Parts: sequence; C-alpha cells; structure tokens
Amino acid sequence: MDIPRYWRLKSQRYRLQGRRCTDCGSLSFPPRQVCMKCKSRNSEPYEFKGKGKLYSYTTIYQSPDRFEQIIPYVVALVDLEEGVRITAQLTDYFPEQLEIGMDLEMVIRQIYEDGPRGPILYGYKFRPILCPGIES
Amino acid sequence: MRKVAIVGIGQTPVREHWGTNLRDLAVSALRDAMEDAGVENLDGITVGNMLSGAMSEQEHLGALVADYAGLDGVEGMKIEAACGSGAAAIRMAVKAVASGLMDTVGVVGVEKLTEFSANNVTEALATAADADYETTMGLSFVGINALLMKRYLYEFKFNKNDFSIFPINAHKNACYNPNAMFRYPITLDEYAKAKIVADPINILDSSPVADGAAAVIVVAQENVSQYKGKPVSILACEVGTDTVALDNRENPLWLKGAERSAKKAYHVSGLSPKDINFYEVHDAFSIISVLSMEASGFTEMGTAIRFAEKNGIDIKGKFPMSTCGGLKGRGHPVGATGVYQVVEAAQQIRETVAKEIQVERNKIAMAQNIGGSGATVITTILKKIV
Amino acid sequence: MSKMMKPSRDVGIVGYGAYIPAYRLPGTEISELWRDGQDNKFLPVKQKSVPGKDEDTTTMSIEAAQNALKRAKINPAKIRAIWVGSESHPYAVKPTGTVVAEVLGIAPDTLAADMEFACKAGTEAMQAGFAFVGSSMGEYALCIGADTAQGRPGDALEYTAAAGGAAFIIGPAEESLAVLEGSYSYVTDTPDFFRRAYQRYPEHGNRFTGEPAYFKHITSSVSALLEELKLKPEDFAYVVFHQPNSKFPLKVGKMLGFSKEQQKYGLLSPSIGNTYAGASVVGLTDILDHAKPGERILISSFGSGAGSDTFSFMVTSKITKAAKLAPKTKTYIDRAIPINYAAYARLRKKIIKE
Repeated sequence: MDIPRYWRLKSQRYRLQGRRCTDCGSLSFPPRQVCMKCKSRNSEPYEFKGKGKLYSYTTIYQSPDRFEQIIPYVVALVDLEEGVRITAQLTDYFPEQLEIGMDLEMVIRQIYEDGPRGPILYGYKFRPILCPGIES
Repeated sequence: MRKVAIVGIGQTPVREHWGTNLRDLAVSALRDAMEDAGVENLDGITVGNMLSGAMSEQEHLGALVADYAGLDGVEGMKIEAACGSGAAAIRMAVKAVASGLMDTVGVVGVEKLTEFSANNVTEALATAADADYETTMGLSFVGINALLMKRYLYEFKFNKNDFSIFPINAHKNACYNPNAMFRYPITLDEYAKAKIVADPINILDSSPVADGAAAVIVVAQENVSQYKGKPVSILACEVGTDTVALDNRENPLWLKGAERSAKKAYHVSGLSPKDINFYEVHDAFSIISVLSMEASGFTEMGTAIRFAEKNGIDIKGKFPMSTCGGLKGRGHPVGATGVYQVVEAAQQIRETVAKEIQVERNKIAMAQNIGGSGATVITTILKKIV
Repeated sequence: MSKMMKPSRDVGIVGYGAYIPAYRLPGTEISELWRDGQDNKFLPVKQKSVPGKDEDTTTMSIEAAQNALKRAKINPAKIRAIWVGSESHPYAVKPTGTVVAEVLGIAPDTLAADMEFACKAGTEAMQAGFAFVGSSMGEYALCIGADTAQGRPGDALEYTAAAGGAAFIIGPAEESLAVLEGSYSYVTDTPDFFRRAYQRYPEHGNRFTGEPAYFKHITSSVSALLEELKLKPEDFAYVVFHQPNSKFPLKVGKMLGFSKEQQKYGLLSPSIGNTYAGASVVGLTDILDHAKPGERILISSFGSGAGSDTFSFMVTSKITKAAKLAPKTKTYIDRAIPINYAAYARLRKKIIKE
C-alpha cells in the first residue's frame, strides 16, 4: 500500500495540478521545483484544463501486478491544450475509434485497487470528447 | 588525464541460469577477465546492476562480489542506471583510471532476472520509468517503447515489417555466438506473424530478459605492457542524460540523451560517425535501434531503416550492427548488457569471435548502452591498438 | 398537522448533472445464458447500463457533480455539504463524498456523508440538501444519487440492475433553475428487498416488491403531497417515478391519474435499466434537459425497506441557459457500447481471479 504517495499526489491526480513558472511563464506537469526552461525556482500551482490530443498509444497485455485486473488496457501520451504532454490511460472508447491526433478529455477513474484490503486509487484518464462544443 | 584501455574480458553465457546465483555469475565473469588480463588483484571494482534488490533480494553488491571473487578488502560499489548500469559501471572505472586515482579496475555487469515470475520482472523493470507519473498510471517498460514505435510509424509512414531488418540481423549473428541466448535465425514471415506484446511491439521486436554477467579490466594505456591480455583502447566512454519520463521530452522520437552522449564521445575521441566501423546498438526493442542510430548521428531522423537497408547492417555490410547478436539475439541481462556490448566489441577488435561473424573493418567500434527510455545513455568508442 | 415538508427559506436546484456508463448489456444475453432464451420476449428492460472496469459510484458521482457544477456556475468552495446516496459505495468505511469534494475543489470547508436507503438514497440526499440550505446553514449543498447495482447471476434482478447517477446543487430559490414547491417523505418497515452486511447480492421478496412496497409507498407519498399542495396530476408537465423496470412507473402513474405523455421524458429504464439510487433522479435530469420555464415537475422515488420521497418543482427561466452548459442525459444514453455476457461478467467482477 502506497498510502502516502496516494495522498500526496491528490492534486495532481484529481485536478491535473502542475506548476507555472512565475519568471518565464512556462508550465510543467508533473510539478517541478526547477523550471525546465529558465531554471527559476519561483512558481505557482497551475491547473490544466484536461483537454488534449492523442500523441501516441499502446495496448498493454502484460502489466505490473496491480493492473492485472484490467488488462488489456490502453496507455497513451496526451498533448494537453496548454502545451504539456502527459502519460495517462484511455477509457470508454469504441473499438477502432482511437487514432493519433484525436481530441480527448480528462475524466476521473479508478487507476487501481491496491488489493482487496487496500485503498482505491483514483486519478485522471482520458476519453474521446463526449460532447463537442461544451466548455469545461 | 590518462588514456585508458581494456586488457581483460570475461563473460558467462546469457541464459536462464536457475542453478547459479547472482554472485557466482559475477565472480565467473570477473575472474575470467582477471585471468585474461593476467592480474591477481585489483585496485577496485564497480558492479553494474539494476535489479539485484528486487529480483534477488540482494543489494550491497560491491562488497559481496569483492568478497566472493577473492578480492578481500578491495573497494567495490554497485552502479545503477537502469538498463544502462553496465556501461555506467565502465564509465566509473574509466574515471578512476583516467584520473590516476587507480591503476587496475575491474568492471562487472551482472543481472539475474529469472528468480521470480514474469510479472515481478515487468514490475521491477518498470522502476526505470517515472514511478509517480508513468508506472503508477499503468505503463510498463515495453509499453513505453510501444508508444515510441507507434508514433514513429505514424510520423514516418513506415510499414511495421520494415523494422524486421534489425531482429533478423541480430538473430543471424547470434547463431555464431556461443554465449548468445537465441542461437537460431528468424524470418520476415515469422516477424510478421509474431505475437503482439504491447501494440505495435511484437515478441520478435523485444530482447529477452535473462541472466548473465560480463566483465572487463580497465587500466591505463601507458601500462598495457604489464598485462597479459591483448589491449583495446577506450577512446571514449561518455554519458548523456534526458528526462526520465518520456512525456516530458519535447520530441520523444529524438533521444537527446543519446545525442548528448554520442556527441561527447565523438568530441573526446576526435572522431565522427563516419569513422565508426561497426556498431553495438542497444536493440532492446527494434524501435530503439532506429532512434539510437538517428540521435547518434549515423543518419537523419526518420531514415534509420532506409540507412540500414541501403548500407547493410549484417557482418558483410557497410555498417555491421549487433555483431554478436545484440540484445535481441544474445539476450538482455539488463545491468550486464552494457558490459557485454563492450566485451563483444573488444572480441571483434581482437578477432576472437567466430569467423562467420568477424567483421572485416574492425579498427573502431562504438557501443551504446541505454537506460530507461533514453534517460541515461552511455556511448563507448573502442579502438584497435596497432 | 401539515404533512408537507418545506424549509422556511425558499430553495431549489441551481445545477444538475447526470452520468451513465457507456456499456450496455442486452437482456437477451442474460436470457440466453440462464434460460435458453425463454425470457427474450418478456424482458423487463431491453438493455441495461454496465459500469466500465475503472468505474464505481465515486467516479460516476464525480462526473455527474462536475456536470451539475458546470450548470450552476458557482465557486465550488461555497458548497458546504455533500451527501452521496448509494447502496454501492466503494468503501464500507470511508465516505464517497470526500473524494468527490477533493476532486471538485469543494474540500475542505464542507461536511460529507454517505447515505443509504436502497433506491431512494439519492432523493434522501436531496431532502437533506433542501433542509440544509433552507435553514441557511450553508449557501449550497451537493446531493448525489448513484449506484453500480449488482444482481445475482441468473436472478430476475440481473436483467435490470444497472449503473448511473445524478447530482444536484441545491441553493437559494432566486438562483434556481427549478424551485422546490414542497416535498413529502413516507416510510414504513417493509422487508421487500434487502442486502445483509458482507453479502454480495441483495435478496428480494418476489411479488412482495410490487403491491405492498413500490405501489403502496409511491401512491401514498404522491397523494399526500398533491393534497397538501392542492395540486392535481394535470397541473404537472412532467412526472418521474422510481423505475425498477419499464412497466411499474407507467402503472403507478396510471393509478395516480398521470398520463403516459407526462412520462415522455425521464422514463429511462427501458434503455438503461434500473440505476437504483440514480433511477428517479437521472430521470429528473432528463426532464430538466427538456423543461421550459413555468412548467411543473413531480418526482417520486421509491426505496426498499421501504419509503418514498416526492417533490414538486417549478421550472424557472434560468433553465434555458443552464441546460446547455453540460452534456445532456440523452448524450449519455446514446453513448452505448454493446457488450456480451462474458464482458459483463468480467466488468462486474463476477469472474474472480485469486
């Protein structure tokens, strides 16, 4: 059970909270102490909107133990609207629907159950846009 | 800085060594290298290993290997850089010798991955990635490489079968390497029909995890006459890094770590990609061969497959690769792999490989060892001493 | 004594949202597997919604609440209470509402609790929300009814036990898209359907579920409220009842004097099954998606055990804009990925890997 990690990463997993460098404005996710661009240590929390495009994806058939219950599943690289790329699972797509470049939106799902006695870990996943035209 | 050279090499066959434990694999390779070099003692050892803790419940390898290799009291440390651990350990030895701090350093890369079930290995290998943001999102190590291959196929419009040139070549060469794990050839048809592991990567794109150990003895080039083994000069052994998480890279298809490492290696050796006679590539997956060739300056982005087809990467080709089977054919005992690559390159330069896989132009070899999805890359350039 | 419940301060719904999972299991899949297809022509619902392998009451509550928040357009930190009504809370001990609060940015200045009253846990949460806002303890409350219902394989309930939920942000009447006119709750001790602790599947009293349970409680509850409000069935543009199957809601409507036309929207069980604590409230969201200012809505839930909550709402002019701000309930209904029994058995963890 990785309870401290689960607890510590809530803002990231529930709300895509990264950092915005207050010196050069560049965004980071995951949050970084040191700005990747200007190396400044001054930053503030920044919540990404959770909209993006599919950069690449793959179906996992052999997984680490904690994901065994959900194989096969799709993991993707998603290019967020704000210009940051993140790694996330995809969910609720029709077979054959996935293609590189398609629009995606963030949803909160179970990432894994830490065994029958451990906590249920929730966090971001992405799915095809449910309702184009509705701003979140 | 002193120039450095290798005067001794050793290796165990790459196998599922159920009957041999981690320390004995390491000791076999290290003592073989010491015998080859004709040395009874060492100033220090570095042990390249990634997963002894997770896969053998054993850390503290420096002292353990020194103890069991009969090197009582000798300084020893484990060096870890994921799949790049082996060459990283060589890098540490090179630093020690070049600086003059030590004269004779043993490097042994060792890995034992067959103690537990396959799921445990998958889980352990995934620790090379970002634990908080990649692994706990369900990404496996194969998965990371699959993301790269999928995007590469999309951007450069290749047919997946075009990648088969790399595993077919590796298997062909492995047939003549007694230490290789897969000593049989494979065909395009077999590649095309191979089982998918993580789409689009199939089983024949993937190097097998295995057990093994390889070792080299690193000394100052000015002292090579004091040793028994035929010396091979290390012109460069340079490290470049990149973000651990794939998603944090501007262009994941460009291995900046490989570019940085190769550029440094070319710089310190005074060579350019054109000078390299043959290349021991980190072909853990076919896609990595491609990305490594491109980032290392052998060919432009998106052209590695065409480059390989045009020049020929087999033993008789203009640019032989994976000459002893590579990771794909010889096997990929993770933390030992980087040392195997250098040992095999040294064998080519010493002309001690089977005649079927002896490259003709063997003066300058390059080996590249890649940790994670390219976060740690070590490029080693070896030269024949004439 | 007045039977009607109405807070001293006028309150209503300022935001609403639904969530229905994408997967659908046709009833014929169950009938073929367990009854040689014998039930194919007598299915209680055509198909039912099935949650994905990464969904549960928490995740469904989150998306429904996000939709409600989009329509309410309020600062989530002003929500001071969250009640999630469900019989399928993912944890036996640890509130569903805390996760919802954290995800939506409602935490930490809020109270959160799980409610359970079989299929009326959602309207139960709403009653609490109306009372909470009506007493001015807080400006807004978030009330959710959601379930990932389980039916024993081969049991009659397996045809209908479905998944879905709805969320409502309760607030002052002047900000509401539907103002509460009054409510009434009716409860008796009736063991028509229950699940003991640690049991995976519920038990039901066969025919007992109809007459003394569903019909008795809903008719008593609705009649009482209509009488108190001095309203007749024809005063309502829409009515929605708890919907354990396709027939019951139409039958109880007829018994009470409502027309089929009044159930044109909101009667969703034929296409998604019985979403338990979500059933009547998801129906309400579908009605709100279609309602016009000045129209009156009656909603009456039923929860086994047993009880019924009935509410009367008057739709305001705020509905027109608000309805468009989040995905409509029909969008979720139309997003239907058909699955077979094998996939269903896996998704619902009926295949246990030790």
